[in-house]
Amino acid sequence: MENKITPIIGLEVHVELTTKSKMFCACPADHFSKKPNSQTCPVCLGLPGALPVPNQQAIEDTLKIGLALNCQINENTHFDRKQYFYPDLPKGYQISQYDQPLCRDGYLTLDSGKKIRLLRVHLEEDTGKLQHTVLDGQKVSLIDFNRSGVPLVEIVSEPDIASSTEAKEYLKKIHAIVRQLGVTTADMEKGQMRLEPTVNLNIDGHFTPLVELKNINSFNFAVAALEYEINRQLGEWQKTGVEKTKSNKTTRGYDSVKKITFPQREKEEAKDYRYFPEPDIPPLVISPSLVEEIRKNLPQLPEAIISELIASGVKPADAKILSKDKTALTALEVNSDLDQGKLANFIVNKKIDLSGDIKSQFAKLTQAGETDTAKLIPIIDQVLQENPKVIEEYKKGKTTVLGFLIGQVIRAAKDADAKTVSTLLVEKLK
Amino acid sequence: MTKMDQPKTIHHLLADLKAKKISVTEIVADYLAEIAKQNGELNAFLTIAAEEAKAQAKAADATIAKDPAIFTQKPLFGIPVGHKDLFLTRGLKTTAGSKVLANYIPQYSGTVVKKLENAGAITLGKLNCDAWAHGASGENSDFGPTKNPHNLDYVPGGSSSGSAAAVAADLLPFATGTDTGGSIREPANFCGVVGLKPSYGRVSRYGIVAMASSLDSIGHLTHDVHDAAAVLEITAGKDPFDATTVVLPVPRYTKLLDQPLGKNFKVGIAKEYLEGLTDPDVLASLAVAKEALAELGVELVEISLPHTKYGIAAYYIVQPAEVSSNLARYDSIRYGNTRAGFGDEAKRRIMIGTYTLSAGYYDAYYLKAMKVRTLIRRDFDQAFGQVDAILSPTSPTPAFKLGQNTNDPLSMYLADIYTVTANLAGLPGIALPTGKNKNNLPLGIQFLTAQYTEEKLLNLAYHFEKTLHGK
Repeated sequence: MENKITPIIGLEVHVELTTKSKMFCACPADHFSKKPNSQTCPVCLGLPGALPVPNQQAIEDTLKIGLALNCQINENTHFDRKQYFYPDLPKGYQISQYDQPLCRDGYLTLDSGKKIRLLRVHLEEDTGKLQHTVLDGQKVSLIDFNRSGVPLVEIVSEPDIASSTEAKEYLKKIHAIVRQLGVTTADMEKGQMRLEPTVNLNIDGHFTPLVELKNINSFNFAVAALEYEINRQLGEWQKTGVEKTKSNKTTRGYDSVKKITFPQREKEEAKDYRYFPEPDIPPLVISPSLVEEIRKNLPQLPEAIISELIASGVKPADAKILSKDKTALTALEVNSDLDQGKLANFIVNKKIDLSGDIKSQFAKLTQAGETDTAKLIPIIDQVLQENPKVIEEYKKGKTTVLGFLIGQVIRAAKDADAKTVSTLLVEKLK
Repeated sequence: MTKMDQPKTIHHLLADLKAKKISVTEIVADYLAEIAKQNGELNAFLTIAAEEAKAQAKAADATIAKDPAIFTQKPLFGIPVGHKDLFLTRGLKTTAGSKVLANYIPQYSGTVVKKLENAGAITLGKLNCDAWAHGASGENSDFGPTKNPHNLDYVPGGSSSGSAAAVAADLLPFATGTDTGGSIREPANFCGVVGLKPSYGRVSRYGIVAMASSLDSIGHLTHDVHDAAAVLEITAGKDPFDATTVVLPVPRYTKLLDQPLGKNFKVGIAKEYLEGLTDPDVLASLAVAKEALAELGVELVEISLPHTKYGIAAYYIVQPAEVSSNLARYDSIRYGNTRAGFGDEAKRRIMIGTYTLSAGYYDAYYLKAMKVRTLIRRDFDQAFGQVDAILSPTSPTPAFKLGQNTNDPLSMYLADIYTVTANLAGLPGIALPTGKNKNNLPLGIQFLTAQYTEEKLLNLAYHFEKTLHGK
């Protein structure tokens, strides 16, 4: 019996902001491969008496991300304390946001037109980093607090993603957007962007237990982990028939060498972080004028650029390629009097040298070429003589090689009308 | 103290210094001698920075010789100070009165400590307090209780126990303190000194071991109202390191003290404060205060603060919740000692706070307490629409005997009834002495005014003190 199986995937993405200073103190936020504990102060070490003062730039950067992801901005918002014990968390709580995140209810549109809803985009602080190592023959755990207090934005999707392919597209789009906004370099290798998918399956209306996946540090691993997990959950369900309950969510790590997911700690009961409003930071009021100011100054995002290009006559495939090429986009904009579709195509196929005179190159490329058959036939004969193998392929039915031959003729003739060449070639090859 | 005039206020010391009647070295030496003599009995100081203080005094005298105008730049130049042991002092042990921090030497100083140092004050040492500022008697210190200098069988009040006792015993001209639910005003009341709790957000909390972050107010204990104003001029103001401090100009409080009280100045007495008030000493003290106010031409008005009775309950939800969070950083990994060093009172508050913040209980406890807090604030807003200030007892009884309440934490909590609401509402308050009872124990009262109106509070307190004590 065939089951109808739909994966249900939600994604939590953490992005470290590349602000100058940390979230709540003046220490530098750039912590990558710095000498351990060289960028710390009483605040990010959580020393007695130290108090957090929020970084305005980080708040605005979070608003940028929220606005780019079509979110609503909470005018009244605040920070909360999320309390748990871990050695890399020096205060015993993480300053995060709970019931009133900076941004909520957004969406991201996939190429298919499907909208992935976003639950929230909030701002918090990163933790320190544990290093498990051997020192003087002793196994020790060392703590580096350089990362402690670095601004971290969490982007949480609704479980609207239905395949590993959609998950990858979603992640790549988020990555492109946050980079385009200039708020983070989102370097996966440096851990500046971290992914945590939660996945289960809908099998004919039966839901498998939720699984949160950890230690995924590339988009391809996310795809592999999700695919493995989808198969694993299907097998598990066929074997046991266990369905999702309120309390049977588990966490699994991903082993990128063995390409499997494996159980981490079991969550026996719902975690209780004892959230409460952070009393050291007054509630924030995000004024509509600030939101408008940020919205106005948002750089154009890849999505918007692509649809604008398509609207001006550029082929979707070309639009996608050119959307990331600033020089090309400028060339198109400066030459808006030229046929945008053709110009874009010339740029994609490198027929136009963008450092030269674009208008004259365009004119040359588009003027009608040689149509005099008497002049063209000797050139055609020459080209056919030089490409016996291609002719063989053509005769076996691979008619697509015709394009190659036309190109050769046009090049040899320095310029020729493609249609005339095509007719003559087809005639010759009969 | 041979060369000093009575009383040993900051302004008297400054006058003598300016007149070259005494040197900073002599002042510091006199105080250190007095501390050496009395501290064994009082247990007010936990750490005495004798050598550092002497060296600073010597340098200060050299500066005065070269630059007699130094007092205009540094208004507390050469004046000794002691800090409650919650105030971080770089290089000087800071214990918070707890064994958990028994050996903690801070890498930085708090904003108030720095401001006072920059104003020329010389730190003589660190003062005993209830561990983590949890307590109203001083008996919760892990380093032994402080004694009341007026009667050694009695508590000095808490949690700023060492601060109150040291000033009352003339071991210091002034001392810093923290007030989360009355911890400056109550010991000031028990020891017969002036205790100022500024508005929440008026003075920076940076670099002071946190008790309950939304309630902690940083103030001081002095011999008189003038000194209270002089110190607040230094400590008040926006601090870029404390996001909860407010951007408001800091008035020259000392210059405004002797301004006449405004016409039709009204002082309210809340009828809820008098319900159940039976202690004859406290009633007598209130009567003395009313008389002095009448003499000042102030109109006394009965007001109502209807949510007063919920004050203690709301306070003992919000405060332990924040305590449980703030003490989480002492996690046995850092600071050299384990969590086993927490005393009973800290454990009690950690457990209560952890419970009330837990999922499923948060709404019933913490959220509800925050709503009560809003109602209490509204009570005061309405009251200050009618009156300029509120008069109340500081505590329901004068100082009690050591050990009398230690087995009954609840009755200890109830002693905060007149003080906690000012913390819940963020108001400024001042405790002022009115006299003594037959056991030689000080009596006093408290004034409250609207948030950020310390100049009005000090103005009233100054005239009140003058009328009552002729200062």
